[in-house]
Amino acid sequence: MHSSLNRHINILDFALSSLLRRKTKNSSLLVLYMLIVFIIASLIFFVHALKREAALILKNAPDMVVQRMIAGRHDLIPVSYGEKIGAIRGVSAVVPRLWGYYYDPVFGANYTLMVPDNRTISPENVIIGSGVARNQRIKTGDLLTFRTYDKGSLLLQVEQILPYESELVAADLVLMSASDFQAMFRMPRGVATDLALTVANPLELITVANKIVEQFPDTRPILKSEILRTYNSVFDWRGGMMVVMLGVAVLSFVIFAWDKATGLSAEERKEIGILKSIGWETSDVLLLKFWEGAVISLSAFLAGVVLAYGHVFFFSAALFEHPLKGWSILYPQFRLVPAVDAYQLSILFFLSVIPYTAATIIPAWLAATVDPDAAMRS
Amino acid sequence: MIQLSQVTKSFNSGKPNQFTAVDDVSLTIEQGQLTVLKGPSGSGKTTLLSLIGCMARPSSGRITLHGVRTAFFPDDTAASGLNISSLPERFLTEIRRTTFGFIFQQFSLVKGITALENIMLPAYPTGESQAAVRKRALDLLDLFAISRHASAPVDWLSGGELQRVAIARAMINNPAAIIADEPTAHLDSRLSVEFMETIGSLKSTGKTVLIASHDPIVYDSPLADTVVEMRDGRITGIKKLP
Amino acid sequence: MRKSTMFLLITACNLSLFVLMALHARLSQSQGNRERSARARLVKELRLTDLCLFTEARYTRHPSMADLHAPFQDHPGALEHFPSGSLVTPPAAATRSHAQFP
Repeated sequence: MHSSLNRHINILDFALSSLLRRKTKNSSLLVLYMLIVFIIASLIFFVHALKREAALILKNAPDMVVQRMIAGRHDLIPVSYGEKIGAIRGVSAVVPRLWGYYYDPVFGANYTLMVPDNRTISPENVIIGSGVARNQRIKTGDLLTFRTYDKGSLLLQVEQILPYESELVAADLVLMSASDFQAMFRMPRGVATDLALTVANPLELITVANKIVEQFPDTRPILKSEILRTYNSVFDWRGGMMVVMLGVAVLSFVIFAWDKATGLSAEERKEIGILKSIGWETSDVLLLKFWEGAVISLSAFLAGVVLAYGHVFFFSAALFEHPLKGWSILYPQFRLVPAVDAYQLSILFFLSVIPYTAATIIPAWLAATVDPDAAMRS
Repeated sequence: MIQLSQVTKSFNSGKPNQFTAVDDVSLTIEQGQLTVLKGPSGSGKTTLLSLIGCMARPSSGRITLHGVRTAFFPDDTAASGLNISSLPERFLTEIRRTTFGFIFQQFSLVKGITALENIMLPAYPTGESQAAVRKRALDLLDLFAISRHASAPVDWLSGGELQRVAIARAMINNPAAIIADEPTAHLDSRLSVEFMETIGSLKSTGKTVLIASHDPIVYDSPLADTVVEMRDGRITGIKKLP
Repeated sequence: MRKSTMFLLITACNLSLFVLMALHARLSQSQGNRERSARARLVKELRLTDLCLFTEARYTRHPSMADLHAPFQDHPGALEHFPSGSLVTPPAAATRSHAQFP
């Protein structure tokens, strides 16, 4: 029987016929479109997951970190500062942190060396992050060699490797005893890299920070809220590389739309004339064009997003490795918690599917309003 | 049956390039008969065809259709005929789709798709189930003995085969009338004769046929019941077969 | 099979994959949360302040601890020479520091 659904399906059939007629052009269009959606959706998933990660786990970062500055540069902080800071009201604990960087010339990688105060590590033993283990291809029980400041070498045995799931925070960590740390860097006694403070009441943080700076004008307190805010702006849309990627994507869509919008070819116009003369109305022709556009953009969008999800959450965003890694040697394996950002995906949908479909319909509008008897006059 | 009463069609009225294509034409197209519009190019035949076929509306005058089945008018109106000159666009298109089948000069088939799909095309927007349309199309292909070309792209077909596809396409919606504009203009004599034979068989099934042509094979054919001569938009003579 | 049927089938497949994707995200929350809590515990225990994303340079490894001077290294006008520098914007702490002197 006659029905509106049948009309849609019939016209969809013809739209598919039309698309299949120019198979190479339309399939390459589909693939390109899908690729662009894939890249942008991968970015969306990746950045969203990373930001959530940062927000949720860095909540456990120290409430405040106090650094010392000399001539605008970060310098070591005397532990005596810590004793006085501990006396400020609101500060429940002050822990001097000992940490630094070590560049391993053999493997070309930068490691972060730390002395944990909550674990005891026996001298000449280390606990390493799984990124370090991967980088040096070592396992528990193996030996690690570090060069010390006075050109000697320090031999350390791997006591434990931190779990793989912790790579996002600990991939490059090397935890060692205080004595080994001293041997490595010949750090003077009575100083630390910085101080980690515990402040019970978060509302008092600013007051405490001000008091610290008043007492020690050469210090620089960093609040937990600032730590978290740093990660809010990571991968910001305004950052250099992101602008380039977005720019490329937008440009590609513009090229697509341009190709469609610069009017129909004579052949397409003639075809529309034929359709009008055999009984198709303007609305039928427009529906045809709508389906032509929707078939490609909808398929590309769905496939691109699904592939992006797999890429980011099953393959740790492997394609982003090169730009993210840059010149570093050590690159963490991202085990991000899968999350779908519906808001951004719907924006992507509206920015990709709708303009493309519109760009397919609108140029056909004029041709579609041609008089049905035009074919008789041709 | 189609009645035309003092029908005039002018283009660009009021502008300096105004011209009257059809001038004060009164005519009756009998049901089940073959009527031929004869005349040189510019005589207004094509315009008259498009007016009769509900493709355009006359500037003045009345066109009435009798015995037309429509979904939206009560029976008593249908008895006295449908005045299509004043119908809104929507209804006009509906009538055109169901009442008339068109055959164009150059066949105007859509290239790149199969003969079958070309034939089914006019029925797509009507919302009819594809299975029913497909069956009718296959029957038509069979009727015109071109079933073996059903899945062939029309680009591969010869002139005669294209002609038959074009006629089949005009028939897909089971129209009461077939309208053809210079159908033999690009055909050789043999194909033209073949065309007229096909028209004859259509006529025998009760279809009304209206052809505009300046080809003697058409207007001198014994099948032509009425030959209307036209010149400069006016009728200069009507010859009816006894 | 009609072309439209084929297309609608493929689209239905795509849509169901899409839905599966959303479901997967929902269902892997618990496992993900467990791993994440483990990471959070490590952060608390070791008093960490940054994610280990870019190990190219000090200020890319610990962006929240970076001082104003670090990105400029040798000269205030020195060009950024690490790719990750274009991904990490100046830390909030650097733009509005609590230090008395910049």
